[in-house]
Amino acid sequence: MFENLSERLTGAVESLRGRGRLTEDNIRDTLRQVRMALLEADVALPVVRSFVADVRERAVGEEVLKSLSPGQTLIRIVHEELVRLMGEEASGLDLRAQPPAVVLVAGLQGSGKTTSIAKMADWLRRRENKSVAIVSADIYRPAAILQLEKLAAQVGAEFIPSSETEKAVDIVERATKLARQKVVDVLLIDTAGRLHIDDEMMAEVAAVHAAAQPVETLFVLDSMAGQDAVNAAMAFDKALPLTGMVLTKTDGDARGGAAVSARHVTGKPIKFIGTGEKIDALELFHPERIASRILGMGDVLTLVEQVQEKTDREQSQKLAKKLKKGKGFDLEDLKDQLTQMMSMGGMNALMDKLPGMSRLPEAARQQADDGQIRRQIAIINSMTPAERRRPRIINGSRKRRIAAGAGQAVQDVNRLVKQHAQMQKVMKKFSKGGAKGLMRAMQGRLPPGFGR
Amino acid sequence: MFGKNKASGDENAAEAVKETKKPGFVKRLRARLNQGDSWLTMDVADLIPGGKIDELTLEELETRLLTGDVGIDATEKIIGNLESKLRRTELKDLQALGQALRSELREILEPVSKPLQVDSSRKPYVILMVGVNGAGKTTTIGKLSRRFLDQGHSVMLAAGDTFRAAAVEQLQTWGQRNDVPVIAQQPGADPAAVVYDALEAAKARGIDVLIADTAGRLHTQDNLMDELRKVKRVLSRLDEQAPDETMLIIDAGNGQNALVQAQQFHEAIGLTGLTITKLDGTAKGGILVAIAQQLQIPIRFIGVGEQAADLGVFSADDYVDALLSSNTE
Ligand SMILES: Nc1nc2c(ncn2[C@@H]2O[C@H](COP(=O)(O)OP(=O)(O)OP(=O)(O)O)[C@@H](O)[C@H]2O)c(=O)[nH]1
Ligand SMILES: Nc1nc2c(ncn2[C@@H]2O[C@H](COP(=O)(O)OP(=O)(O)OP(=O)(O)O)[C@@H](O)[C@H]2O)c(=O)[nH]1
Ligand SMILES: [Mg+2]
Ligand SMILES: [Mg+2]
Repeated sequence: MFENLSERLTGAVESLRGRGRLTEDNIRDTLRQVRMALLEADVALPVVRSFVADVRERAVGEEVLKSLSPGQTLIRIVHEELVRLMGEEASGLDLRAQPPAVVLVAGLQGSGKTTSIAKMADWLRRRENKSVAIVSADIYRPAAILQLEKLAAQVGAEFIPSSETEKAVDIVERATKLARQKVVDVLLIDTAGRLHIDDEMMAEVAAVHAAAQPVETLFVLDSMAGQDAVNAAMAFDKALPLTGMVLTKTDGDARGGAAVSARHVTGKPIKFIGTGEKIDALELFHPERIASRILGMGDVLTLVEQVQEKTDREQSQKLAKKLKKGKGFDLEDLKDQLTQMMSMGGMNALMDKLPGMSRLPEAARQQADDGQIRRQIAIINSMTPAERRRPRIINGSRKRRIAAGAGQAVQDVNRLVKQHAQMQKVMKKFSKGGAKGLMRAMQGRLPPGFGR
Repeated sequence: MFGKNKASGDENAAEAVKETKKPGFVKRLRARLNQGDSWLTMDVADLIPGGKIDELTLEELETRLLTGDVGIDATEKIIGNLESKLRRTELKDLQALGQALRSELREILEPVSKPLQVDSSRKPYVILMVGVNGAGKTTTIGKLSRRFLDQGHSVMLAAGDTFRAAAVEQLQTWGQRNDVPVIAQQPGADPAAVVYDALEAAKARGIDVLIADTAGRLHTQDNLMDELRKVKRVLSRLDEQAPDETMLIIDAGNGQNALVQAQQFHEAIGLTGLTITKLDGTAKGGILVAIAQQLQIPIRFIGVGEQAADLGVFSADDYVDALLSSNTE
């Protein structure tokens, strides 16, 4: 998928080289590629259409700055528009209300509601010093209430018991009363997963909403969701109405285009993103990051460079020259090498050719799989040119952005940066250029280097 | 209507079983698929007033495939084939176009619509359930237990999700509902050990089918994929042929990522079957087409609700029919 996206945009940008002004004609192809890229990222088609129309309108006639190529200019516009669409930086929950401030969570089955409730409870307790009570109105899913009870204990929140024999509305009425008596700051209400076309269940959640009078009503959206997410988001917004969204499972490699669609049709902000199964895997939402992730922005920012550094031979010679001049081996060089490895038949083909490699234990060989090379390339792809040249500047927040952009964990970014630092040391000693020499230099350290 | 409202509760499950067995399952599935905004569910003839086929008609079809999550590659291939037929003027009217689209889809799905056959010479026949978080693994196990019991097999479950809060109790509830034993250990236990225990127990008790649950995991998590490899390894240590079926559960609500899931799980542990859940919503699960095209993994079942009976055998014909037939029937 990563390859697809960057290939698409690379091709499109290449065809746009060397023209002075953006016109309907010269951006048509690129816009078609952007449309495809957004669809591949699961942005809903109607949203893609209106988005591309907006971009076209803004782009046509735009002067191409000297420092940028026309393609880059267009992609910049696409990125900016996407960030704008994704809305403002999130500031967390808005809990200004007579306590207890009630937060209601709803969404499709399995989207991550119950887990997100526990994460938010922990967040509110730790970061905002709030006292939190939790209740489950999920009387349907087996062991749903027990799941929430266990999570509540884990985060140290007050758990208000409920039972499958009660009605959801009754549970909520009882819980709000109890929360008031106990003088907690926040009451979080979990609901059963439901399909937006299940009228009875949508009526139930609307009744729960009416009884709970929440200050925040959050739609929990799976970042892997496809084209239909737009219908679900719209239906939930109509039934409840929503005040915001939580985007879950962003620790995977889904592009998360459903978030764009949901945001577009509801106009409601994404407040949090879920970044793992553990309680602390919750982060505030940053529109910039999701936009970059959808577009593979690291790629985009360096597209022109890539276009210019096309052939392998050129790359190797450049690297050799650079190293001879005593310049460092930067992350861009590492990426070139990784890409070259892939084009030479992948890791296993390469390892077979290299002396000594076949003696590696099978497990180690398996670790050095192509998937990992691809993932490492993806990580470097989501870095800016400056970060690739000077990995030293990659601080914590940059790491998080890069990880999100590549759909990898922060630890993976750490590992890559560390590995690169080690290689840099080796490279200093090594003067002859080319992939073979590099491979030889890395020999023996491959398993820890490429393994996770 | 098929797949009942969940508000009516599980006491209706028995009734639902009867309902599933009645002929006309497809019709009800179709009714469900048609509840939402239809993409391919309406007559192709409705697409373009005037009835003439041209490039625009094809573009409209392309749009519909894309919004059904079929994905760009599969869509381009299908539309490309239709285009060349059109050029050879094999498609004279919209009806012919509809037929051609139908057979394109069928051609992709037919080879992978292979129902699961429980080999009764295997005791137990072992099924390992895998998939990303929240896809519907545990629920599908509940449904499958019911199905196998109805077919006269004895069933045992292994609570291999030792990570998620109350995952064991969730499976145990399904065990109680169906009155089948569940082998479990304490939270945090090694899933491979749980599954190993369960296989030993199933062998000792002469159980026909053992179904092992596993924790949801994203395919990008290498350590967790390793954990699955270990589960498989441990099973095969006790019984060379086990697991007989390694089934990936896919959520119909997922978009393009489901293809990556299928690829990566397949690469990591070798899948032998797929089941797609939550087809009772308006999501069409079109990514199945792309998966079938690229990986040729047999598609076994479809999930159409949250109750034990809400499971159907996947059939390419029925699926394509359900997708393409018109609303008025
Ligand atoms: N990797 C990952 N998994 C998550 C995340 N959020 C939730 N999950 C997992 O997703 C699965 C479903 O989460 P739940 O919280 O049970 O989802 P739910 O929406 O409450 O489900 P229902 O109540 O059945 O509708 C579980 O396995 C969670 O551990 C996330 O941000 N990342
Ligand atoms: N509407 C509908 N809901 C389903 C279907 N299958 C499962 N679900 C629901 O989806 C949610 C998640 O199902 P689970 O079986 O817990 O999913 P899982 O894959 O075991 O989840 P984890 O173990 O947390 O990864 C539950 O609320 C189920 O009731 C289906 O076919 N249709
Ligand atoms: Mg829940
Ligand atoms: Mg489960």
